[in-house]
Amino acid sequence: MNAANVRTPAVGIDSVAQQARLVGLWDTAPGLKGFLTTVDHKQIGIRYIVTAFIFLALGGIEALVMRLQLAGPNLSLLTPDQYNQLFSTHGMTMIFLYASPILSGFSNYLWPLLLGSRDMAFPRLNALSYWIYLAAGIFLYAGFLTGNGPNDGWFNYVPLASRAYNPGLNEDFYSLGMVFLGISTTVGAANFIVTAMRMRAPGMSLNRMPILIWGTLTASVANLIVVPAVSLAFLMLWMDRQFGTHFFDPAGGGQPLLWQHLFWIFGHPWVYAIVLPAMGMVSDGLPVFCRRPVVGYSVLALSTVATMILGFGVWVHHMFATGLPGLGLSFFSGASIAITIPSAVAVFAWLATIWLGRPVITTAFLFFSSMILLFVIGGVSGFMTASVPVDWQLTDTYFVVAHIHYVLVGINVFPVVGAVYFWFPKMTGKLLDERLGRWNFWTMFIGFNLAFLPMHLTGLLGMPRRVYTYADGMGWDTLNLITSVGSFILAIGVLLLFINVIRSLKVGATAGDNPWDAPTLEWSVPSPPPSYNFAVIPTVASRHPLWEDRLQEQGEGKSSLTRGMLLVEGKETIGTSALDAAPDMIFEMPEDTFAPLLLTIALSVVFVGLLLKSWIAVTAGCLLIGLGLLAWMWPRRQLREREPTPGDAATESSHG
Amino acid sequence: MAEVALAEPRDLPVGPTGRRGLGSWGVATLIASEAALFSYLLFAYYYTGAIASPGWLLEPNPSLKLALPNTILLLASSLAAWWGERGILTSRRTQALLGFAAAFIMGAVFSLVQLQEWHSKPYSIGDNSYASLYFVTTGIHMAHVLVGLLVLSALFIWTVLDYFSPRRRLTVTAGVFYWHFVDLIWLFVFTTYYLTPYLGFAK
Repeated sequence: MNAANVRTPAVGIDSVAQQARLVGLWDTAPGLKGFLTTVDHKQIGIRYIVTAFIFLALGGIEALVMRLQLAGPNLSLLTPDQYNQLFSTHGMTMIFLYASPILSGFSNYLWPLLLGSRDMAFPRLNALSYWIYLAAGIFLYAGFLTGNGPNDGWFNYVPLASRAYNPGLNEDFYSLGMVFLGISTTVGAANFIVTAMRMRAPGMSLNRMPILIWGTLTASVANLIVVPAVSLAFLMLWMDRQFGTHFFDPAGGGQPLLWQHLFWIFGHPWVYAIVLPAMGMVSDGLPVFCRRPVVGYSVLALSTVATMILGFGVWVHHMFATGLPGLGLSFFSGASIAITIPSAVAVFAWLATIWLGRPVITTAFLFFSSMILLFVIGGVSGFMTASVPVDWQLTDTYFVVAHIHYVLVGINVFPVVGAVYFWFPKMTGKLLDERLGRWNFWTMFIGFNLAFLPMHLTGLLGMPRRVYTYADGMGWDTLNLITSVGSFILAIGVLLLFINVIRSLKVGATAGDNPWDAPTLEWSVPSPPPSYNFAVIPTVASRHPLWEDRLQEQGEGKSSLTRGMLLVEGKETIGTSALDAAPDMIFEMPEDTFAPLLLTIALSVVFVGLLLKSWIAVTAGCLLIGLGLLAWMWPRRQLREREPTPGDAATESSHG
Repeated sequence: MAEVALAEPRDLPVGPTGRRGLGSWGVATLIASEAALFSYLLFAYYYTGAIASPGWLLEPNPSLKLALPNTILLLASSLAAWWGERGILTSRRTQALLGFAAAFIMGAVFSLVQLQEWHSKPYSIGDNSYASLYFVTTGIHMAHVLVGLLVLSALFIWTVLDYFSPRRRLTVTAGVFYWHFVDLIWLFVFTTYYLTPYLGFAK
């Protein structure tokens, strides 16, 4: 190991010898040990994606069962309590266990490749974030599978969620599980922020970052600040239920509306956090198929940030019907209307990109471009409910259900499936089948709109949400049947995606490095990329390093992709300054380690202990966490966190 | 054709150097998130208090007899930790050890006094929402103090092992930064729970 404190990084060209040395430094060990210890962002990203899709399938099955129950009036497939648990678990699954983690998965996989880095800023934290997500997901589902799923809706209003009205363990599973999951989201967000600020390739100044980076970065800043609100709310709820506190209990001077404030202070920024990265996928993916750079890069980046900033000030629009003072409602109504402006900017930028480009119709293009339409429909219904009197008419009806599905399926699921078609070749080296892809797209698109477009009308006709059945003769029968039929068609569409993925893994056509002739750095490396991502650190001179010959636009010259810093003295990557990405430090990256998994197990012991009120388990778990953190933070020579002292052996354990 | 823009940097520091490195960004994000948590806790207090009925404050004039000296003690511990960090920066190991030990002891005494303070309160956590907020907010702060004490003791051990130098000391700076945060945020908690009643809030 080179122990120098300062070094001039050697510059050279990509070569077989260079790659062989990097493989030795970066490859994860094969077998179970490698599986449990890896900190490779690509493996973690794929795990995130696979796990999130499993939750999407579970949430989808829950929805189908509900649609069977609602297909006609007065059906009795489900009891009211089963229905309550199903719709609550469906919301919890889709919003917390699918929509956010799927984007974390793509961003985890793609970020270092987009940025020209060899890993994320905190690889061990990255592994921790995944393991906690998995453990919290299992914890939440353990409640559901034992008949203790959440049963007051995903936003879980008190007093219904308080113990007096809900004596089972349902809400305790949900409360503790959400606090647990919050840790994963928070550490993940911190990792994205630091990665974006410090790990970009030399030359990738802020105004050259792909929009996906802007989207996930903005969402991560929001998550970092707002997740504590919901964690605190759920902690307070759990204490109200189990320890006789009175945070939300009016009889003890508490405020039921405090729950709604804390939940929506988190909840509304969160809604943007689960769409902004997906909008980034469209901003980066769509132009590739329009054969031109995205129109209005700067306004797109700015509108991403503006959406988030405004997004902090709109939470009360979920509470228009709670009797708050009119002046407050006006302010939040105004903010909610204003937030359509940056969204419209994005829509026009995408439309202009298609208009000015030469679109190549692929499945990915269809998913990305159809998202614009769905976004507009969801945006208009959102704009309508931003108006207080309209909201009073529509709140708690199926109109709002239609709105949230247009927004979340339209701006999250459709871009994500497009992203699968777009980046699957990079992840696996295989192309997805385009013919099956068309079936996949049209089935999903028709099924989705058939299910949810009529639902606006169901809501306008006054059908309340969250009822397990309805009487006939209300004018809702046919509409509900159409929605149920549409939901099954949508489900078949999603199934076609899974079939395409599994089939193409086996027999898909070989993709090559850059099957779409795309402009960004991830397409300059092999498919799938090697463990170290980049054999030499690229230098970036424009927003489109692979399109420079044909664009001849901005930038101070040509990007250097095959010649750059070698950094093979250890597991190293380059650190650059936050604004203009000038190299300013050589980062030593940590080795694979069991620490994140062990810490997650210790945390699981604590949360199960809290649920069962087993204070021995809680104490033991906390001690383990303390020891684990001490070991994790122990200054290590390999990471240059401490000075070598005389007499120290040159070797050091790679775990800690 | 334009020229190839190749970054060919001169000497670069390897690994965390001084207060620069990924760790300082990491602890900054941690503190941002923790600060948000405390702001929600205080929001809950002000929100609930602002619309509470008279009599909500179970101790309308909170006793400052223990709390004020204890607050000064905690702030002084920040000074001790800073002085310890100075010891690392100037390669004076004894000063560093003394500083970290003093900060640890002051923090530990703060915790013990706070336990006494909890014990001496004429109300308990289930009495009303004021009591719930008081105990949970100061309790969450106490959890942070305990983590901070763990950090200070780790810094003490690592300094005994002679791990740090003015160059390799980001761990120290990050740990002391966290301790400053724990102390600073107490000032907000203290002001909210002990001083605003004297200004008439929620009376």
